[in-house]
Amino acid sequence: METQVHGKSVFFSTGGAKFNNAERTIIFIHGAGMDRTVWSMQARFFAHHGFTVVNLDLPGHGKSEGPACATIEEYSDWLCELIDCLDLHRVSIVGHSMGSLVALCSGAKLEKKIQKIALLGTLPKIQVHPDLLTSAMNNKHGAFETIVGWGVGRKAQIGGHKAPGSWIAGASMRLLETSKPGVLGNDLNACNVWEGGLESAGQIKCPVLLLLGEDDRMTPPKGTKELTKALHNSETIILHGAGHMMMTEQPDQTIETLSDFFE
Amino acid sequence: MTSMGNIFEFDTLSLHAGQSPDSENGSRAVPIYQTTSYVFKGVDHAASMFNLERPGHIYSRISNPTTAVLEERISALEGGVGAVATASGHAALVLGILTIMGQGGHIVASSALYGGTHNLFSHTLPRFGITTTKVDPRDVDGFRSAIKPETRLVFGETIGNPGLEVLNIPAIATVAHEAGLPLMLDSTFATPHLCKPFDHGADLIVHSATKWLGGHGVAIGGLLVDGGKFDWENSGLFPTLTEPYDGYHGLDFVEEFGPQAFIMRARAEGLRDFGACMSPTTAFHILQGIETLPLRMEKHVRNAREIAEFLGGSDAVEWVVYPELDDHPDKALASELLPKGAGSMIAFGIKGGREAGKTFIERLQVWSHLANVGDAKSLVIHPASTTHQQMDADTMKKAGLSEDLVRLSVGLENIDDLKADLKQALRAATIRKVV
Repeated sequence: METQVHGKSVFFSTGGAKFNNAERTIIFIHGAGMDRTVWSMQARFFAHHGFTVVNLDLPGHGKSEGPACATIEEYSDWLCELIDCLDLHRVSIVGHSMGSLVALCSGAKLEKKIQKIALLGTLPKIQVHPDLLTSAMNNKHGAFETIVGWGVGRKAQIGGHKAPGSWIAGASMRLLETSKPGVLGNDLNACNVWEGGLESAGQIKCPVLLLLGEDDRMTPPKGTKELTKALHNSETIILHGAGHMMMTEQPDQTIETLSDFFE
Repeated sequence: MTSMGNIFEFDTLSLHAGQSPDSENGSRAVPIYQTTSYVFKGVDHAASMFNLERPGHIYSRISNPTTAVLEERISALEGGVGAVATASGHAALVLGILTIMGQGGHIVASSALYGGTHNLFSHTLPRFGITTTKVDPRDVDGFRSAIKPETRLVFGETIGNPGLEVLNIPAIATVAHEAGLPLMLDSTFATPHLCKPFDHGADLIVHSATKWLGGHGVAIGGLLVDGGKFDWENSGLFPTLTEPYDGYHGLDFVEEFGPQAFIMRARAEGLRDFGACMSPTTAFHILQGIETLPLRMEKHVRNAREIAEFLGGSDAVEWVVYPELDDHPDKALASELLPKGAGSMIAFGIKGGREAGKTFIERLQVWSHLANVGDAKSLVIHPASTTHQQMDADTMKKAGLSEDLVRLSVGLENIDDLKADLKQALRAATIRKVV
């Protein structure tokens, strides 16, 4: 489905069901260099279980027109604009990695509209190694390899995925390879420079779920202590054996945890 | 770390990819889930799986835990995004074709094809409205000029059969992509150990897993692997992937599954409706083979190189075709695309033609005379006296064959035993000719 924000085309999937902004809505926000398809199972599940789903391609990602936003604040402002454009009123946000920062930032701004927030693979401050940042800025394939190597958990690197025949490491690589030049570097830089995580967390009153991967080497669970202290109403669930890409590595467990949280 | 970002290397993935030790019993080997169906956790869980909202197994025609390990393993080895296992290599080929085209579709294919593929393209698919134009595999411009508005696929074999032509994958892929078409390759003769076609521009790969992947001549099976690189939407020629599908409540595969769109449709529609699935026991046998694929391929290649050299020095041999030989037209291409070796198939011409070939075959003891390739055991066939015996010399020539052609699939036996057996059979064939 397409709409416009600031005169630019925005694409989102509805998970295979009709868009109805009168229903409770879940907005899914992907991470750096990714697109909506990382949420394919979750989007389809919630779209057929009582929610309207807005499974977004952020600006400059997937099928949404560019350019990508340069900062987390810009992504958040863009999201707030989109929520207004779609006339959404009962909104929950699910954000992964960079998307979790956008969710945090937006949750602080949209207190009255946001019902619940789920942060997957998150930290209050996502620091990016300078070498990775440089490599991504220069569109080096090595940046994709580092993201896949570190992002996909060790268990999923061997496989045994519940979606038959699906090779998650390969699918993650293809997504990054199809990102527009410079987008991964732009996104990693946006994460790296954002300092507002704890301040935003302190302004959020709605329930917040932290869904973390036990084997996440990009945003390790131990780094969320300050975030949980800053949040007023949060719970943390750690998925056993999952890496940073928990929604693709363990789609079923992610669905069940989110389902419990949203019910 | 590999170029796919995987922290494990090829030989590790050959042994492990796709399998976690069974959580209930700790089985280290891949268990054979000999079951047709799977108990649902509840009504809603069942409905969610049928609607592709949740992963899991419903019915073994569509997926099975044992075959899923094989599918993941070949995806990992080829560097793809997913795979579907099928009843045979041919089933994988048909599944791949029918996932992206229907009546009115057209294929541009290399003319160097396995006989079964030749039959499918020339005689069977036309009955269903799908036609093929065949092009010399070395004629890159020929591929370009054969593309029509209704073309939906460019097809070739990584190493051709029986001429052992090495396909210029990067060049043919460029031609295909410039026309908004995917390149599908039959990579059976290469296996991912020798060539990874996705790295060179191919979009889809089919394997007859019966051959080197299984490697022991005990199971028939096929694999269809999706590279996940082709931009179906941008091409605009593939409505089965980019428009709502009534067979799944209006599901748009590219919109929902992105780089896995093709393989999701191949399973959700193709296995469901055509039903050419692989049995779990077959998947187990092929997995056993893949565990030793790197080791076996190294020796297959080592033996093949020695046999090619041996035949080149034999007085009873007119000519030898092996892509690493100096007089092979694709030698440079083979060294670029197949740096670990150009496979273990060899064709040669025996002096004395059809009769000498027949005698040679009958005198062999270690080499097995049969219609297969890619076994651990060395295999041989003389087309003029077997598969093509009803053809005269002119007809065979048009098919790219000659009366003196002998095809070898070099196995893993001791190289001296293989040479000795060839030597005595060649001598017998020569003596008989002289007498």
